[in-house]
Amino acid sequence: MSNPSPKYSPHRFNRSEWIRTIPSFGWLAFFFAIPTLLILVMSFKSANPYGGFGEGWSLQAWRDMGNPSYPAVTWRTVWLSVVATVICVAMALPVGFLLGKSLPKTRATLLLLIIVPFWTNFLIRVYAWKVLLHPEGYLRQALLSLHLIDERTLLLNHEWAVLLVMVYSYLPFAILPIYAAAEKFDFALLDAARDLGASAIRSFWQIFVPGVQRGLFAALVMVLIPALGSYIIPDLVGGAASEMLGNKIAARLFVDRNWPHAAAVSVLLMAVTLFPVLFAFAQQKKESRPESPRPESAKKGAAPA
Amino acid sequence: MRLISGRHPFAIAAMGVALVFLYLPILVLVLNSFNASRYGSTWEGWTIDWYARLFSSRSQDIWDALSRSLIVATMASAVSMVLGTLAAWVLHRYRTRLQQAHFGLIYLPIVAPDILMGISLAIFFVTLGVERNLMAITVAHITFCISYVTLAVLARLQDFDGSFVDAARDLGASRFQTIVRVVVPLLLPGIMAGGLLAFTLSIDDFVITFFVKGVGSDTLPLKIYGMTKHTKEMPVINALSTLLLTFTFASVWWVQRLTGNRART
Repeated sequence: MSNPSPKYSPHRFNRSEWIRTIPSFGWLAFFFAIPTLLILVMSFKSANPYGGFGEGWSLQAWRDMGNPSYPAVTWRTVWLSVVATVICVAMALPVGFLLGKSLPKTRATLLLLIIVPFWTNFLIRVYAWKVLLHPEGYLRQALLSLHLIDERTLLLNHEWAVLLVMVYSYLPFAILPIYAAAEKFDFALLDAARDLGASAIRSFWQIFVPGVQRGLFAALVMVLIPALGSYIIPDLVGGAASEMLGNKIAARLFVDRNWPHAAAVSVLLMAVTLFPVLFAFAQQKKESRPESPRPESAKKGAAPA
Repeated sequence: MRLISGRHPFAIAAMGVALVFLYLPILVLVLNSFNASRYGSTWEGWTIDWYARLFSSRSQDIWDALSRSLIVATMASAVSMVLGTLAAWVLHRYRTRLQQAHFGLIYLPIVAPDILMGISLAIFFVTLGVERNLMAITVAHITFCISYVTLAVLARLQDFDGSFVDAARDLGASRFQTIVRVVVPLLLPGIMAGGLLAFTLSIDDFVITFFVKGVGSDTLPLKIYGMTKHTKEMPVINALSTLLLTFTFASVWWVQRLTGNRART
C-alpha cells in the first residue's frame, strides 16, 4: 500500500498481489469460468428420461443436433442479429454525429432522453411492443386504415417483429459508444473537407465515419453479441416460427428437460458468438496498448450507466 | 436560441426518428394503464381500476416479488462493490501476467451473452446439487455485477493521484487508516457509480435469473414475465410499469439536481 504506482514485474511471484487478486479472480473462476467450461463437458452426458442429466456419458446430445431445424434456427439467429446490428449502427451514426455537434446543454438533455427508456425494465419495454403490434393494437389499425397493409397481414409473431424490437432494444448500445467517440472527434476536419470541396455526404463518410472508428467497432460488438443471445424478444413478439438459438436452449431445458441437449445447443451458441467476442477482445487490447493493459473503454463496457 | 452548432437537417431528422422510436411503446403503455379496455387496442375511456387492482390484496405476489428483487439487488450490489473495487485496485497497481488473466476474466462476463451465463450457472448448480433458491440467484447476480463495478472504479483510478497515499503513509497513517480515510473516499464516486449500475442491472435481470432459479422465489421481472403470458393481467402490468417509469424519471431528475446538472454517461 505504501507505493501505489504500478509495478512492472511481469514474472516475479508477489504474495500480496496474489492475496489481493484471489477474491475477485477466485469468484469469477468458480462461478463464471468453470460453469462455462462445464457446459461443454455436460453436453457429453447422457440424458435422464425423467429430466436433467443421466449417469453415464453419451454422444446422443450431439447426434440430436443433426436435427434439420438447427441449421435453420442458427441461420435465422445470425441474419436477424447482423441486420439488427447494421440498422442500429446506421441509425446511431447520425445521432452520434448530432450529439457530438450539440452544445453541452442540448447534448446533456438528448443523452438523458436516450438513456432513460433504458432504465425501464427490459421485459416491460419488449412487452409494450407486444401491445403495440397486437392484431387489435393501434399500430396495425393505423396501418390498415392507411391501406398500407391488408387484413391478412399480422405484425406480431413474425421475424420482422423480432428484428424491429431488437433494433429498438439495442439502439442505445450503438448510440453510446459512437457518441463517446464523436465527443473526441475534431469537427473542424469536416469544415476543412467542405472548404476543399467535398460534399456533405462525402465528408461524413470519408472523414467522420473513419474518425469514430473505435466507437463504431465497439457499437458493432455491443449490439451483435446480445442480439445473438436474444431470448425474450423472439419469445414475446416472435412466436414459434421466429425462434432463435436462445429459445431452443430454453425449450430443451424447460420443455423436454433434456439438459445434455440444452448444453449442446449452448455450445453451438457459444461458437457463434466466439468470433465477435474475440473481435471485442482484440479491440480492447488495441485500445489499451499505448498505455497499459488497463481498460480505457470502461465507460463503453458499462454502457447502461 | 442556438442548440446545435451548424445546420444538420438529416442528423436532426435521424435523432427525431430515434427518439420517437424509443418513446413510442412507452407512451402506449402509459396510455393503456388508464384505458378501460382490457386489451388496450381500442380506447374505452379513462379508468384507474388497474391501479386499484395493483394495490389490492389480489396483487400481493407482485409486491412480494418486488421485495425479493430489492433484497437480491441490495446484496448483489454490496458484495460486487467490495469485490469489484478490490479487483480494480490490483488491476491498476500490478502489471503482471496474472493481472492480464484477471482482466480477461473481468471483461468476459460483460461481452458474453446473458443466456450463456444463465444456463452455465444452472448446470453448475444442478451438478453441485445446490438448492436453486434466492441465495443462488444472488450469487449469479454478484457474478455479472463484479465486472461492471470493476470497470467503473478503474475509470476513476485513471485520474487517481498515488501521491496522496504516500503522503498519508509519510504522515504516519497506518495501512488501514490510509485505505479507509484516503483511498476509499477518493474512489467513492467510481464505487458508487459501479454499485448503482450493479443495482440497476440486478433489478432488471430476467434471463440469468430465469435460468438459475428453481421453483418459487420469483423476482419482479420473472413475475412480470409470468403475467405477460396471461393476457387477463395485461393492464395491471401496464399500471405497474407506469409507476416504475414515473419512479425512474423522478429519481433521474432528483440525481440530476443533486449532481448539479452534470449529465454524463
